[in-house]
Amino acid sequence: MTSQRLRWELSLLAYLAAGIMFFPIFWLFLTGFKSEGEAIAIPPRLFFTPTLESIQEALTRSDYGLHVINSLISALGSTFLALLLAVPAAYAMAFYPTRRTQGTLLWIISTKMMPPVGVVIPVYLIFRDLRWLDNIWALALMYAVMNLPVVIWTLYAYFREVPHEIMEAARVDGASTRQELLQVLLPVSLPAIASAALLSIILAWNEAFWSLNLTSAQASPLSVYVASFKTAEGLFWAKMSAASMIAVLPVMVMGWLAQRQLVRGLTFGAIK
Amino acid sequence: MVQIHALNQGRRSTLRPNTFWLLAPAITVLVLWTQIPFALTIYFSLRRFNLLNPERQGFVGLTNFASLLSDPVFWTAILNTLVLVGSVLLITVVLGLLLAVLFYQDFPGRSLARTLIISPFFVMPVVSALIWKNMLMHPVHGIFAWIAQSLGQEPIDWLAAYPMQSIVIMVAWQWTPFALLLILTGLQSLSKEQLEAAKIDGANPWQEFRYIIVPHLAQTLSVVVMLETIFLLTIFAEIYASTSGGPGLATTTLPYLIYLKAFGEYRIGAAAAGAVFAVILANIVAIFVLRMIGRNLQGGRT
Repeated sequence: MTSQRLRWELSLLAYLAAGIMFFPIFWLFLTGFKSEGEAIAIPPRLFFTPTLESIQEALTRSDYGLHVINSLISALGSTFLALLLAVPAAYAMAFYPTRRTQGTLLWIISTKMMPPVGVVIPVYLIFRDLRWLDNIWALALMYAVMNLPVVIWTLYAYFREVPHEIMEAARVDGASTRQELLQVLLPVSLPAIASAALLSIILAWNEAFWSLNLTSAQASPLSVYVASFKTAEGLFWAKMSAASMIAVLPVMVMGWLAQRQLVRGLTFGAIK
Repeated sequence: MVQIHALNQGRRSTLRPNTFWLLAPAITVLVLWTQIPFALTIYFSLRRFNLLNPERQGFVGLTNFASLLSDPVFWTAILNTLVLVGSVLLITVVLGLLLAVLFYQDFPGRSLARTLIISPFFVMPVVSALIWKNMLMHPVHGIFAWIAQSLGQEPIDWLAAYPMQSIVIMVAWQWTPFALLLILTGLQSLSKEQLEAAKIDGANPWQEFRYIIVPHLAQTLSVVVMLETIFLLTIFAEIYASTSGGPGLATTTLPYLIYLKAFGEYRIGAAAAGAVFAVILANIVAIFVLRMIGRNLQGGRT
């Protein structure tokens, strides 16, 4: 009896904790549906007539579309590029390991542990000299490198579970490396590629250090645009919330779907 | 036997593709974008180099490091960084552990509650900073101010009166889900039989927690601490979007100081010297993580 009650109380506690942790996000979403006056009203309004005014205004601002496109290019472009580099590398290390493979893999992972400030100055100066500053493709390239270790690791961990017999059979039948990779391995690895891609998109979409330092007007993604609201002292809160909500929601849904992959990808197998 | 073995070996090697060209692009890109820039950072740290006066350059030895080490601002930034990382670690690990035990139980609606509770981790840092700074902590229009007033208290201007604590709360809110997810993963390898056995032996919930769950999680917790440290050492956007390092230097951490020196004062040499310190700080922890990852790689080999 008592353990039943304890269980009840514990689950109640879990709901409460979830409610508290989610509240700031809930409040952001709620504010996005308010008018500017209601957004700063005290006492805070939980019930109000929702309006799409702020969302509309955020969306129709001419530069909002530009920032969305920049976010899409940098997140999807960098993910595509990272996969292009990572699939062959992970394939080689998972199926044809040599004595040096483990060291190579560890070195690849170690590059993820380099703090961005450790390289930002030369990267900035090189970008400046190449005229790559405020260029969305250059930012995408930066993100691809940033996420490459996580993507390689995620794919490698999956490839190692793929039975080697499949590949060997294809090989004995005379398949080239290229055919083996594209026609045998890729079809069975789609789930892994999808989860690596999801992870890379989330990380690139939310990134702000590189976007703040390497882009300004033309190439700035949503993270930079939203950051420009930092001086909004009680002004434009509804618009800020609406703009943020649109920036946050799609990636949050992706995060919900990719919970497990996220843990695996970001821990590099340190937790089993 | 020997012959077959040799035959197999032979077949293996002829079947072996040239993996060099498969690995080379990824490795080249990583070297180009991480190793070479870091080498350049070290190079710049040894030179006099101000973007406002780029002609006046030259090798100055360790002068940048010496002036950095004798600058009280640098030590404030180091201290702020350690306070931020340490406090966030403490909060996220303790909360993450408690929440993980809570969410380890089966209860109706668990996956929905879990989905809600981990959501802060997926909110872009810039947005988290704005939510906390404006809608929650604002001294006039914020929810905390309203709560304080309702309780008959003076509203607090959080970011002005308690800047570092506010940043710690913000960052801990984002990273508690990460700790929770990792610890939950670690808990899943705990056998339910072991817990049942303890229950039959008359262990109360606290004893169960203290003598079975915590020891089981020892390795997981150390991984959480180390990985979080590495990620927390790079916290930037939250500070940029909320306090801009202020008031004064109250929330200027090492990454933010480097940013200020490089892109505010254009002092490339000094900023580069600071960046070298940031890398050293991160590497102290990274060595341990990499060792652990390496061990698991070896153990997992079939």
